[in-house]
Amino acid sequence: MPLSISLTINGNRHDTLLDDARATLLDVLRERIGLTGTKKGCDRGQCGACTVLVDGRRINACLTLAASVDGATITTIEGLARDGELHPVQAAFIENDGFQCGYCTPGQIMSAVGLIAEGDAGDDPERIREGMSGNICRCAAYPGITQAVLDAQRRLADDERVSA
Amino acid sequence: MKSFDYIRPATLEEAIAAGSQPGASYLAGGTNLLDLMKVDVARPDRIVDITRLPGLDRTEMHDDGTIRIGALVRNADLARDKAFAAACPAVAEALLSGASPQLRNAATVGGNLMQQTRCAYFYDPHSACNRRQQGTGCDALGGDTRNHAVLGWSDSCIATHPSDFCVPLTALDAVVEIEGPEGPRDAPLSRFYSLPDEAAPGGVDLAHGELITALRLPSDAASFAGHARYLKLRERTSYAFAIVSAAAMLRMEGGVIAEARIALGGVAARPWRSVIAEERLRDAAPSADLFVEAAEAVLQGAEPSGENAFKIELSKRLVIRALQRAAEGTPERMPALPASVFASDTGVSDHA
Amino acid sequence: MPDTHTPTAPTASRVRLGSNAGQPMTRRDGVAKVTGSATYAADNRPSDLLHAVFASAGIARGRVSHMDVDAAKSHPGVVKVLTPQNCPSLEIDPDAKPHAFSWRIEVLQNDSVRYAGQPIALVVAETLEAATEGARLLSPTYEEQPVRIGFDGDAPYDPPAIGIGSAPSFTKGDIDAGHASAEYSTETSIETPIQYHNAMETHAIVAEWNGDRLTLDTPNQAIVMARGMFAGYFGLPPENVTLRSPYLGGGFGSKAVPIGPQLLAILAARMLKRPVKLALRRDQMFGPVLHRGATRQTLKLGTDADGRLTALEHHSTGVTSSFDEFIEPAANASHNLYASPAIVTRHKAVRADIGTPGPMRAPGEASGSAALEIAMDIAAEAAGLDPLEFRLRNYAETDPASGKPFSSKALRECYAAAAKQFSWASRPRAPGQMRDDVGRLVGWGMGSCLFPNPMFPAQARAVLRRDGTALVETAGADMGQGAWTALAQIAADGVGLPADRIEFRSGTSDLPDGGIAGGSGHTASAGGALYAAGSDVIAKLAGLATNDPASPLFGAGNVGVAARNGRLFRADDETRSERYEDILARAGLDEIEGAGSGGRDPANAEARAMFSHGAVFAEVTIDPDLYQIRVSRLVGAFAAGRIINPKLAKSQLTGGMIWGVGFALHEEGLHDTRTGRPMNADLAGYHVPVNADVPSVEALIIDEEDPYVNPLGIKGVGEIGITGTVGAIANAVWHATGARIKSFPIHIDALLR
Repeated sequence: MPLSISLTINGNRHDTLLDDARATLLDVLRERIGLTGTKKGCDRGQCGACTVLVDGRRINACLTLAASVDGATITTIEGLARDGELHPVQAAFIENDGFQCGYCTPGQIMSAVGLIAEGDAGDDPERIREGMSGNICRCAAYPGITQAVLDAQRRLADDERVSA
Repeated sequence: MKSFDYIRPATLEEAIAAGSQPGASYLAGGTNLLDLMKVDVARPDRIVDITRLPGLDRTEMHDDGTIRIGALVRNADLARDKAFAAACPAVAEALLSGASPQLRNAATVGGNLMQQTRCAYFYDPHSACNRRQQGTGCDALGGDTRNHAVLGWSDSCIATHPSDFCVPLTALDAVVEIEGPEGPRDAPLSRFYSLPDEAAPGGVDLAHGELITALRLPSDAASFAGHARYLKLRERTSYAFAIVSAAAMLRMEGGVIAEARIALGGVAARPWRSVIAEERLRDAAPSADLFVEAAEAVLQGAEPSGENAFKIELSKRLVIRALQRAAEGTPERMPALPASVFASDTGVSDHA
Repeated sequence: MPDTHTPTAPTASRVRLGSNAGQPMTRRDGVAKVTGSATYAADNRPSDLLHAVFASAGIARGRVSHMDVDAAKSHPGVVKVLTPQNCPSLEIDPDAKPHAFSWRIEVLQNDSVRYAGQPIALVVAETLEAATEGARLLSPTYEEQPVRIGFDGDAPYDPPAIGIGSAPSFTKGDIDAGHASAEYSTETSIETPIQYHNAMETHAIVAEWNGDRLTLDTPNQAIVMARGMFAGYFGLPPENVTLRSPYLGGGFGSKAVPIGPQLLAILAARMLKRPVKLALRRDQMFGPVLHRGATRQTLKLGTDADGRLTALEHHSTGVTSSFDEFIEPAANASHNLYASPAIVTRHKAVRADIGTPGPMRAPGEASGSAALEIAMDIAAEAAGLDPLEFRLRNYAETDPASGKPFSSKALRECYAAAAKQFSWASRPRAPGQMRDDVGRLVGWGMGSCLFPNPMFPAQARAVLRRDGTALVETAGADMGQGAWTALAQIAADGVGLPADRIEFRSGTSDLPDGGIAGGSGHTASAGGALYAAGSDVIAKLAGLATNDPASPLFGAGNVGVAARNGRLFRADDETRSERYEDILARAGLDEIEGAGSGGRDPANAEARAMFSHGAVFAEVTIDPDLYQIRVSRLVGAFAAGRIINPKLAKSQLTGGMIWGVGFALHEEGLHDTRTGRPMNADLAGYHVPVNADVPSVEALIIDEEDPYVNPLGIKGVGEIGITGTVGAIANAVWHATGARIKSFPIHIDALLR
């Protein structure tokens, strides 16, 4: 029996008739809606490549049934840049060479955005490393990733001070 | 993954009615159930999505000291709940040492209690596994057994319980609140997981259709807050299951251990609490010898189930270390690497 | 054609790369990768797409006796089930090896099973969910045979070749005499396990037929070579196949040759006349797509009273599959690094019921270096010498194996720079002497790094346009090393333009062959071709200008011209110059096309030994009772010729070093020896390093000019980082604990005492 679900993805509402309850959020994003920026690395919550924000929280889209997040607000890598301007985390990943092959990168960046929003790591590199350990990078761009998150965190904190 | 009907009940009553149907499974965070479905270990006909059930996502700190955690509270939210983490720091540390931030954001308290073993033979549909299908045998025996049980195992099953969260909870006498077709009931977490015997592989004390609604900690749980640690040995620094883990919690009075709680993770089909060791520690002053005695007591009766004798010695040392850390006192701030032996704020954290 | 200063076949002494190469540019594909718009193979969604999933064998040896095809077919959405009964045959037997780089693969040519995880059927469906469940519903039954797993499952034999066509043994000097004259004799035995590449992107393909033309979106490290191999299996002329691989989600050696599942998807697309997508599940990466073969190595070193090697003997047994052969050339790591009057290396092989191994980042060098560097540490200790001092005493001034001079070798500078940065001089020699401020054991170890500089044939094309921009193209492969960026930097310098004025095309098979992204030789090979193509254009352009009386460069043919920033300059008078656009406009040309190929002067190749070098220093921190290990610091220094982009090169080097962390502490493919099934075929069981595993990693780049290795003086940085590092970590563990490492990865229980 098809399920009717509604997702707000990157600010756009998608009313989808879900043909198969088995579909994960990851496969719905990639194969049905066509937002292929979110990547499948393991499909089992063991690598973090599929990280997206659901109602502002970073989660693994591969272990989430699409039906279960009906009504949710979802942010994917495609929704981060605004008016052609990169999000500070995206810019910091480029500046610090926080990736090589780029395949885990959407998940790394969404995870970093989630981490910074959680506010537990601050500018402590060790807490950032721990907080980013749910995202495997086989190219092992970890030094650049850590530095990118540090830089972005500082920049976002500065922006907040300025706007406050 | 097998096709299934997806049902999202609005009330607890509806949920239990749906969940009591044959072939039904409750879905919360999905981090374990969906994984099991993807490898065909779980094949539900009907998924009862309980994530929207009202009232199950709150943590209540009662005046009498008891703490009631709704089954749908997400692991990360519980660990980050300041009042809870202050009352039960070892539980928070255990939570933060488990899985990854993304998984902790999704996984629920009830789901953590329901998570299955990580035994590779359980996950391999081609292997015989009594836990998957009783009576088929246990291919883990004589196989790759580094991660298997050293306590409480039998030839019918040598799997271990993988949870971090449940280790300090067991030591704290947590109680599982259950709702079911026959009405509500409580089950002590210490007996929630049955150990395997020659006839049965062990399992969870939950009848089909029953649903965990909350977890309750007794009023004395916070009395250990000043001296509570969870330590976890892993094959890599983070994002790994425990080789062995230990929770140690002490209620100190005037330099003497008034009461102690100890449990091990990764060594048996349930978090392994040792009341004998706790008794040995009671009314004694912390000392190296005392901790060695306690560790020996915890591992009393331990036997390798394969190529894993090292876990016995390692567990003893971990108990000693966890007791030392607990005696030193709970750190003011959650360590950067929770539950890690590298958790100190000194050393490598200087390097950006 | 007048002589110019930008010849088509330049020699290094004459190459002056311009303003692009050598700069730490950020990745040109960076924005695409951080916004999710970079398109990896599985991101393609042609209309009418079908999804395919293959069923994996649940036994390691025997045959499939039955599959419930009806059950699979009756699952809603399933449109086709391919089994050996109905699978069309290919034009080339998948068990043949038509090419030096061919592996024997499984394309449902029969019902036999030769390793667990082998494809035994393909299910195609309208949705991924249906295909996945359809494959499971096949519920195969088997006739099983006893399996052979590991080093002891079968009798060792003498392989005819190791690696890809290398000799299995090597002898230099009199090894017996070397041992006899030794003051100190040491023997070291090391085992290394099966390791899996596990690129984050699993192997994926979208195959689409249009008549007799085939379009493949699939990640590949050798785009034009692979196109020819795919075409061969389907009896097509290569030009009928287009292989698009703009981005690889990691390769590490596993994505160069066709694998069975790719061919099955292509077959299904042909049969169903619809595009088919197949992406391997993570567990399917543990069998059909190569791995690093296990090794059992023994080294016997003889050392004289002065700490100089008298004998270096390195034996390695490698495990291969029952049906094909790739023997990890581990012992060859002892050929070119340390001076010894006598060197013997020998390889044996053992067959097992596993998928065939293949090249994985630093094949041979990684495993061999791990053992060699431990052996060197043990020998240093026997001789009472600091490990660095011992290596300096055995510094090879010429290639130990061939006796040839090195094309360049700044290893001494690497040792010095890394040691200084690490503060190695303050290291106590005896183990167990160091603690951190909370009492944890600390150990320091080091290792030398070495990697050869192979090159592959490569071509490129450059077109200078009348608007002063250029199109430069080659079928390069960017698997993360940065080809989109580094190759474009070279290409821009080749045509004397800023990088933002060239259009760089790459990553698809309808371009000139960019060679193989492997052997750390892609930048040198494809880059050389790009530079030569640009030089060819500039030579033609200079010919026009110097022969045109209206040009300020008229008559400059004898003194030559230089190309820079879109202008040609008279070499002896830079005030005389002209814009490219003006030269073309006056000549009435819309464009000038040039071609070039990469390569190495054969005379230099014959006369010189060519290697990248480096030194890695490792600090480990270990719990004194519980023995969990953390690599708390890594410092490496590397000399690898001309560095085109230091930012990207450092990422390659630190990435390689972190692979060394994984090799040393984490990675291990486990098989149940009774069934041959992999027991940790996922990323929760097969550990690779996570961010928290690498608190401090630093790579220093040592300047090195190499006039012989190739015209641009480029060596390679992709693989060398893993060499040296593994041994350095193991030696650091010894220095912390006093325990010598006998096998990898180093588990807690190996240290527990």
